[in-house]
Amino acid sequence: MANTLDQLVDQVRENRIWRSIFRSGTGESNLHKSLVVQQNVFLHLFSIKARKHTLEFTATWYLGAMTFGTFMILVITGMLLMLYYHPSVPQAYADMKDLQYVVSSGVFLRNLHRWSAHAMVFLVFAHMFKVFYRGAYRTPREFNWVIGVILLLVTLLLSYTGYLLPWDQLAYWAVTVGSNIASAVPLMGVKIRFLMLGGTAVNANALLRFYVLHCVMLPLFTILFIAIHFWRIRKDGGIYAGDQSSEVSSQ
Amino acid sequence: MTEDTKPKPAPDSPEEMSRRQFFVKIGLTSVAIAAAGTAAFSYEYLSPNVLYEPSPIIDAGKPDHYPPDSVTLDPQTAIYVVRTGEGFFALSAICTHLGCLTAYNSDLGIIACPCHGSKFNRDGVKIEGPAPRPLPWLRMWMSDEGNLMVDRSQAIAIKQLVRV
Repeated sequence: MANTLDQLVDQVRENRIWRSIFRSGTGESNLHKSLVVQQNVFLHLFSIKARKHTLEFTATWYLGAMTFGTFMILVITGMLLMLYYHPSVPQAYADMKDLQYVVSSGVFLRNLHRWSAHAMVFLVFAHMFKVFYRGAYRTPREFNWVIGVILLLVTLLLSYTGYLLPWDQLAYWAVTVGSNIASAVPLMGVKIRFLMLGGTAVNANALLRFYVLHCVMLPLFTILFIAIHFWRIRKDGGIYAGDQSSEVSSQ
Repeated sequence: MTEDTKPKPAPDSPEEMSRRQFFVKIGLTSVAIAAAGTAAFSYEYLSPNVLYEPSPIIDAGKPDHYPPDSVTLDPQTAIYVVRTGEGFFALSAICTHLGCLTAYNSDLGIIACPCHGSKFNRDGVKIEGPAPRPLPWLRMWMSDEGNLMVDRSQAIAIKQLVRV
């Protein structure tokens, strides 16, 4: 049985269509294993080799990977929630209530989105603390730390813009307060608030702007910077291993 | 490759520049102009020219709707109509701290903000809390029909009452 199954798998993997998609083919050699990573558009962001102890739990506590995991959950649940949500006043509030009480599994998806959002903010901070206390931000990884700070800011902006979308009292007053904080910027504060809200008060324009930012602009920005963040790990010599002797020379 | 076929080094004098340098400058300048134009257009596009927001001018109704010596909040328009023994005045109900809607407590006779705990008296003067400024007095007048009118967009510096 096992033999026939293996044979079947092999047949599929040697198939011409399969080989036209996955060019590396089968094999156990180092070359083959390298090619699998190198010839995959997603995997090629990562290095083809990793030091074993950098993959152990104690090295990173997998905080970065878990942050990425929550982000993927947020993308998937977010797209599903969009199917039942109209970013208009006052329909947005009714749609949010419909998701909770009428739509099948709506409350599950909404809560999953909400808790993952909280978890992502927590994990981003935890990841940063872990990187900081291990000293993994040092040369040659300073720029990846900067990318990480940008990702932290985008995460907070995603949280903030998502906060308005339920269009309930909490959302309304939280964004009223938040946009008034933005107007405290010297000289151009009032103008920033006007551009942010698309008006002088939190209203239909503000809801639509926050919706577009939350669902399109900020996620695209996040994906772009996540790609750079991952690619830089490879370019900077893999996940920080802790021993300076194995570091890539910065010169 | 002989010495002759090598490209000539760029001229040293500032008046002369090579063809390549010239086109690089032209190119960079046009990109800079286009970027500035894009920034200006983006700014204009993102600033709405027409706002479908409620009018700042509010018809607060007949004066006799308000009992003597009272503070009445209209949560829709975020104003207080205050009637004292001598007349009327209008007060913004938006906290000067971070823009929350305040509420009037008639037992204590104070206006309080639920968000961060600012307190004002019924003249809008700050009693305590993070609010940096008193609640502004708004321009109020009597319409020809005898209704109290308030302009939310105009704060008045000199406190004056509308006498009926």
